[in-house]
Amino acid sequence: MTGQLDAQLQQALADRLLALADDEVILGHRDAEWTGHAPILEEDIAIANLAQDEIGHALIWYQLREDLTGRDPDETVYFRDASAYRNVQMVELPKGDWAFTMLRQYLFDVYERLLLDRLVASTHAPLAEAAAKIRREEIYHYRHTSTWVERLALGTEESHRRMQDGLDRLWPFAAQLFVAGPGDGALAAAGIFPDLSELQQAWEATVRPFLEQAELTIPQAEPLTVGRERHTHWLPILLGEMQVVARVETPETAW
Amino acid sequence: MSQMPSQEQIWRALQEVMDPEIPVLSLVDLGIIREVKVEGQEVTVVMTPTFSGCPALEAMRQEVEEKLQELGVPRPRVEVVLDPPWSSDQISPEGRRKLEAFGLAPPPVHRGDPEIMLNPVVPCPYCGSRRTRVTNTFGSTLCRAIYYCDACQQAFEQFKPL
Repeated sequence: MTGQLDAQLQQALADRLLALADDEVILGHRDAEWTGHAPILEEDIAIANLAQDEIGHALIWYQLREDLTGRDPDETVYFRDASAYRNVQMVELPKGDWAFTMLRQYLFDVYERLLLDRLVASTHAPLAEAAAKIRREEIYHYRHTSTWVERLALGTEESHRRMQDGLDRLWPFAAQLFVAGPGDGALAAAGIFPDLSELQQAWEATVRPFLEQAELTIPQAEPLTVGRERHTHWLPILLGEMQVVARVETPETAW
Repeated sequence: MSQMPSQEQIWRALQEVMDPEIPVLSLVDLGIIREVKVEGQEVTVVMTPTFSGCPALEAMRQEVEEKLQELGVPRPRVEVVLDPPWSSDQISPEGRRKLEAFGLAPPPVHRGDPEIMLNPVVPCPYCGSRRTRVTNTFGSTLCRAIYYCDACQQAFEQFKPL
């Protein structure tokens, strides 16, 4: 299949795959920070599973990109600086409290689920196959995080306040998921990757009524529309921790 | 040139390669071996992952290679494919019996839509009671959920439908 893409589409797809993979690996890392610290044991187990799934999905996207560019996934994750990462800012923000974590994961899960629903029909077969694989696992994520958002939002005064605070902070950042990069128009025209503005409409049509019936108020803040090359100062801090072992490892080190 | 094993011999040998996370279940029982190809001196085993983040995949791949080497294949190849995606429906009837005997409730058969099977009654693998409840849809590995049996008051795990 890759042989049928011209150079321009191939570059556009490689860029998009990097965005997909970077979102998942950074979100997976933030989720993994809860391991041993979640509010209850069951949730400690659940969030560790979510993290592991997201990192597994990242690997699939990095491998598809490797097929196009020859770039090794480990090299890509552990030996790139923040300026070369293409994740959205939403996933690099510190893990915050449990409400923030569950809401961020929920907003991302809805996006991912709707994206995968469309990607299974991609004209690029490897992408369609990967989406079909990942989609089944995402069912568990969506169900878990939507349950928590609803319960906390409709729970006690404190849990509601924390959920609303999380939404006030996250809502403007979520819009960046739908900011198109330079090659995305060509990908959509070729039926390889869905149109992001249509995806955004579908996402809003899902999350808005859900959040409203959970008695949360969607803020009127200005949406974040900068490109994925722009990051907060939190990303280099995260990468410093995530990459340190790989970077200090000498060629002789054996696990 | 050494004599290559037959397809049948290879399938039989793969029955002895166990899932490292569920040591009673072979890779064949699990339904992740898609194809065995023997072409001259070239032997290729085509595998598919269960959950995409499953860390056991690399270990299983290595064990398949070692098993093929034991059978006299000099340079075995293991190919990993994603299509069609693995489903828990592909666990063999024999595999389901082994899971239950191991104390791991087998996943319900869903015929294509695991979503409808997220709230099934899961009989306790120890006492068979249907008075059980899910306590966590996530468990000690990506493929397990945690249940509790109110009849025998025993926690148990289920292999999740996927």
